[in-house]
Amino acid sequence: MTDSTATAPAPAAAPALRVRRTNPTRSVIKHIVMIAVSLVMIYPLLWMIVSSLRPNDEIFRNPSLLPLSFDVSNYVDGWNALAQPFSHYLINSTLLVLGCVIGNLVACSLTAYAFARLRFWGRNIAFAIMLMTLMLPIHVVIVPQYIMFSQTGWVNTLVPLVLPKFLATDAFFVFLMVQFIRGIPRELDEAARIDGCGHFRIFFQVILPLMLPALATTTIFTFMWMWNDFFGSLIYLTTPENFTVPLALQSFLDSQGTSNWGAMFAMSILSLVPLFLVFLVGQRFLVKGFATTGIK
Amino acid sequence: MSAVGELASLAKRRSAGGPKEKHPDNRAGLAFMAPWLIGLLVITILPMIASFVLSFTDYSLIAPPEFTGLDNYKEMIGDTRLHKSLAVTFIYVLVGTPLQLIVALLLAVLLNQGMKGLSFYRSVFYLPSLLGGSVAISILWRQMFGAGGLVNQLLEAIGFTNLPGWVSNPDTALGTIILLHVWTFGSPMIIFLAGLRQIPQMYYEAAGVDGASKLHQFFHITIPLLTPIIFFNVVLQVINAFQSFTQAFVVSGGTGGPSDSTLFYTLYLYQKGFTQFDMGYASAMAWLLLAIVAIFTAINFFVSKFWVFYDD
Repeated sequence: MTDSTATAPAPAAAPALRVRRTNPTRSVIKHIVMIAVSLVMIYPLLWMIVSSLRPNDEIFRNPSLLPLSFDVSNYVDGWNALAQPFSHYLINSTLLVLGCVIGNLVACSLTAYAFARLRFWGRNIAFAIMLMTLMLPIHVVIVPQYIMFSQTGWVNTLVPLVLPKFLATDAFFVFLMVQFIRGIPRELDEAARIDGCGHFRIFFQVILPLMLPALATTTIFTFMWMWNDFFGSLIYLTTPENFTVPLALQSFLDSQGTSNWGAMFAMSILSLVPLFLVFLVGQRFLVKGFATTGIK
Repeated sequence: MSAVGELASLAKRRSAGGPKEKHPDNRAGLAFMAPWLIGLLVITILPMIASFVLSFTDYSLIAPPEFTGLDNYKEMIGDTRLHKSLAVTFIYVLVGTPLQLIVALLLAVLLNQGMKGLSFYRSVFYLPSLLGGSVAISILWRQMFGAGGLVNQLLEAIGFTNLPGWVSNPDTALGTIILLHVWTFGSPMIIFLAGLRQIPQMYYEAAGVDGASKLHQFFHITIPLLTPIIFFNVVLQVINAFQSFTQAFVVSGGTGGPSDSTLFYTLYLYQKGFTQFDMGYASAMAWLLLAIVAIFTAINFFVSKFWVFYDD
């Protein structure tokens, strides 16, 4: 670092009438800081990937990324380490995520349309209540919900996790879609109404096609959150054949203790791959969704 | 506008008593709102009432609930594990949230200075906050901060000896989970970045002409104009932090150990409700959590009058 400051020209000290020009020294320092932070952030992840491809005993001996090895035995091991092959849990998680995505898309968009476009009695109060549920800890409702679902016989199925999504309980997405619909020019609705469209046709044929970015953001967030869902799954899914990926990983850790890190790393990496792919594909929607509503 | 801002302005509009609204869409409204209304009733309001009622009972799922008055709440006063879990959670919220937000703000400000590779850095910083809630990362954390884990290997490589297992030491276990929280600073950072973009460039130009230093500009332009976003982040991160569960559960193997040093409030609630099936006590705990979160949010809103600056 001292090297680069020595060779770079001294910073110009003319505050007034300064032409905005990037100062090379500061730029280099900034990049060094950024790269250092990036490395600290990413190193554990990279190391986990590299270690998952190493023999088990090396995980406790080699903190560096090199030498790379490509031993896939951890993956074979981990895949078959639990009562079911790991694919079983991947399928369960996929079903859960799929159900929740569909539920959120359908229910939240209907609700959002009503909030954004319809004038009905009690709308403002309903909207305020919706915003407040956004901040409600799930713990206040989880016990009675559990009792309710155990009486309907749905405990140990995906229903308690998926059904609420079809009832627009994820207020975050309702809010996100309301914000989005408010940005769509009302003239489009008016034109459709003059052509004789009712609200359902306006919703399906005018609004819905225009809110694809909001739907994409909802899909991505729902995917990420439900793929990682732990608290709800832990409570509702009780037998191993119904476990989702997070529960499978947790029971792996429970059963093999800390003796088989390699295989555990391998399955952990595998569980992160879908998240990573969604992140790559949907990055711009994610960033936008964040910026407009700003809730994790 | 953010959810928090929206709620505030809605309250204002009601008290101002605007013109009478007409409701031409009552029937369509009911049709479109039906799923949400059913959900609000069946998934939220009725369970909330039920959990409030249950909090005054002794209920273990097997026998019908037995009314015990304030017993659960009295028991809480003498429950030392509960007190411990409150302490753990408060430390986590009061240390973890500010640390995470400060890191997020600093990096957002650095990134906002029009540097090359912005989108690359933004992705790298954001990625951990996507993965941070997963069991996989908690497993990694448990290895990294274990006795022979990655962190100790690296420290040994630069000459440290006799290193403890960070997750198995009651003095440091909570710290590792706070660190995991700070590691996921990416999501508030992105909100800060969006906020920084909104600050008009002319303020900086004017200050530059007047000879204000960069540091001066940061404290007198950037920070004041960013206070609504900071406020928004504080409110939400505090609410989220109170409900953290996965990391503590996985790192401690569901026990909250060693010696309850990572016994998060929600983890204790889970143990009470879903391993000991003491549903009445768990409900009372849930209501205490709601009260705490509500009080913290109210304090945040109240204190915001003194430091949040609205430009418009």
